[in-house]
Amino acid sequence: MLMDEFVDKARAIVNDSRLTFHQRRHYLAALAENALPYPTVSAECAEALNKEIISDLFEGHAPYRPRYVLPDYELALQQGSEHLELDPPRDLDEAITFLLILYTQIPSITGYPVYLGDIDSLLLPYVDDVSDADLRSKLRLFWIALDRILPDGFAHANIGPDDNRVLRTILDIERELLQIVPNLSLKVDPDRTTDDVVSDAVRTVFATAKPHFVNHPMMVGDLGADYGVVSCYNSLKKGGGSHTLVRLNLKEVALTHTGPIDEFLTGTLPHFASLNAELMSARIRYLVEEAKFFEHDFLAREGLVRLDRFSAMFGVYGLAEAVNILMEHAGLEGRYGDGGEADRLSYRIIEHLRAFVDGQSMPYCEGADGRAFLHSQSGIDSDLDVTAGTRIPIGTEPETFKHISTVAPHHRHFDAGISDIFHIDDTVRNNPDAMVDIIRGAFTTGMRDFTFNIDSNDFVRITGYLVRKSELARFAEEGERHSSTVFAAGSVANSHVTDRATKRVLIHEHSPRPAQ
Amino acid sequence: MSTAQGQLNNTVTFSVVDGPGNRFVIFLQGCNFNCVTCHNPYTIATCTNCGVCVGMCPEDALSIEDGPLVVVDAVACTLCDVCIAVCPTDSTPLSRWVTIEDLLAEIRPVAPFISGITVSGGEATQQSEFVAALFAAIKHDEHLSHLTTLIDSNGAASLEVWNRLIDVMDGAMIDLKALDPATHVTLTARENDRVLATIEYLAQMDRLYEVRLLIVPGYNDDLDTMHRTAVWLRSVDPSMRIKLIGYRSHGVRSEALHIPQATNELLEKLALVLADHGFAHLTVV
Repeated sequence: MLMDEFVDKARAIVNDSRLTFHQRRHYLAALAENALPYPTVSAECAEALNKEIISDLFEGHAPYRPRYVLPDYELALQQGSEHLELDPPRDLDEAITFLLILYTQIPSITGYPVYLGDIDSLLLPYVDDVSDADLRSKLRLFWIALDRILPDGFAHANIGPDDNRVLRTILDIERELLQIVPNLSLKVDPDRTTDDVVSDAVRTVFATAKPHFVNHPMMVGDLGADYGVVSCYNSLKKGGGSHTLVRLNLKEVALTHTGPIDEFLTGTLPHFASLNAELMSARIRYLVEEAKFFEHDFLAREGLVRLDRFSAMFGVYGLAEAVNILMEHAGLEGRYGDGGEADRLSYRIIEHLRAFVDGQSMPYCEGADGRAFLHSQSGIDSDLDVTAGTRIPIGTEPETFKHISTVAPHHRHFDAGISDIFHIDDTVRNNPDAMVDIIRGAFTTGMRDFTFNIDSNDFVRITGYLVRKSELARFAEEGERHSSTVFAAGSVANSHVTDRATKRVLIHEHSPRPAQ
Repeated sequence: MSTAQGQLNNTVTFSVVDGPGNRFVIFLQGCNFNCVTCHNPYTIATCTNCGVCVGMCPEDALSIEDGPLVVVDAVACTLCDVCIAVCPTDSTPLSRWVTIEDLLAEIRPVAPFISGITVSGGEATQQSEFVAALFAAIKHDEHLSHLTTLIDSNGAASLEVWNRLIDVMDGAMIDLKALDPATHVTLTARENDRVLATIEYLAQMDRLYEVRLLIVPGYNDDLDTMHRTAVWLRSVDPSMRIKLIGYRSHGVRSEALHIPQATNELLEKLALVLADHGFAHLTVV
């Protein structure tokens, strides 16, 4: 970068009245980092990066902290922190204060912690002698503090799978406060998580579009009992994390392809996948060997994170467009999500990718036996005309049962996370048990992680009559209402600001650069 | 397995408005009422194969040449519903005959996602032998026997028909369109004596899941009518579940479009009358 360009960019950030002080400082730091040369990669890899066929999600040129850090908060509460000069907490007030302090010290790409811990199991040891009223009051202040101190929509807390007072109180507080922060996932074990807990969470979804529902036995099978769901539904090992997330734009990969579909699977796809892996490897080496994060950070020194619990995330997105492009090239009619040949092609693509990732060794990734984790990446705000992860394009989703059946076969491959959003008529508000049924059904099909968007339109079946397709067709513009993203709708509704004003809460990972 | 066939209009895979939990709903073709307010009038009559729709189909998806029946080319059909619009008898060529096994094959993959099955219509009890055989098959299937079996009905079936269903049916939702016999005839073209007998019988047999009261402004929306209805329902079972449904003009025939839709204020006011009579399980939609 030339000095003049650097100065201009720095000036634009400093003078951007839409940004808070902290946001300006964050973007200035990114600008400085990006004035450094990129870790050395092959010319082919650099070209794919420039063309955004592969992308580092603007993590920066010189990685000096891992992208996702999942500290072992349980260990921290047990042993205190020498670096922070904190003794182990002895009661609920001390535990909450301890965690709030620790959260402000967790490095990440966005500067905000992506993982706040399994908050119910962390606090349960301190609540035995606390009355229900005191528990609610203290947790409520804790929750408000999280939203005000960590104004990032991807700071993520976990609860479940077992019923307990802290979990119930948090759901109740969520319904009262309607905050964006923290993001929330409920770990569901069909054998341990009762219908009553799931139903309580469902009623919370009605109010706040949170929590997501996580297939706990599946996660434990892939990652072990000590895992967390963080940021944008990334699942990783506790006491570890992910060095980096580099994602492959399957749409762009498909656009470069000529020839039969089988050659895409055996030629074009592994070619770009290996460039994606090369970029990941270069970034990891810089972080570990040059920036030496694991040698100096207090989290590593105090054992709260361990290099051998880390891996890296191999992300993919734009599967829908890739499938449709390949089908069209082959002169075939089907489209992703229609239940036919296109869906089967999508499964083959992901199976090939999973096999590639499993066979690709990755440095400093002992947390995943020396390889990367596959991740279905759900997009950033600059993604245009390309669908998040492995989702079905917004507005073209089939009815819920077919939607679940179509995407479910992908879920087992994405050990580092995948999320789908299902649309349910808002009449379900009168019948939360129906959603409990659907959640339990979804887990039997092997879904890993999902939530619901409660939808209303003029043709919702309010009582038991039929709605005809011809009536729906007349209101086809309804699809456009779906296209407002959950993020955008949520942020605007909750922050009561327009685009022109300063936003207190951002989703920094979703908006890695200042608005252009 | 029964070889009985049923005339089906359609199925809904996930429904959150047809009973407890998420449900698979079967809409059978044919109804013995002719309600002014019907949302799905094309489910009332069975197709007479008159052929009027055949020439009108813009996709040429209908034919009658090969026999006495109107045949639908499911690939060519775009569900534009022109056939329904031109049908002289309130029917549809798109209804089809299905076997019990056809329906079970649709239900099986959905079973992990649902609490049960609801059979609606049309009027489910018009095909009571088929429904009884379907429910019996569900109750005897080891993968489906956990599903509850409900019927959504206008209540006009005879006690003999309900007797046929009672052992395999977990409950029924019964519409009471009007307590006053004359109003009932105006709204449905039928007397309500059998409806009242059905409600009493099912309550006695512990199979009355819910009574639905459709509120049609100008017909049955005054406080006195609701008061008298509440008194009668209380005499049957003071703990019954009641759903108050406001009339909406969605899908109705043109001659019903002049009827105003029920407002939330009206429904809340009428719900208070029911609450005053001690009904605790009240839903208003």
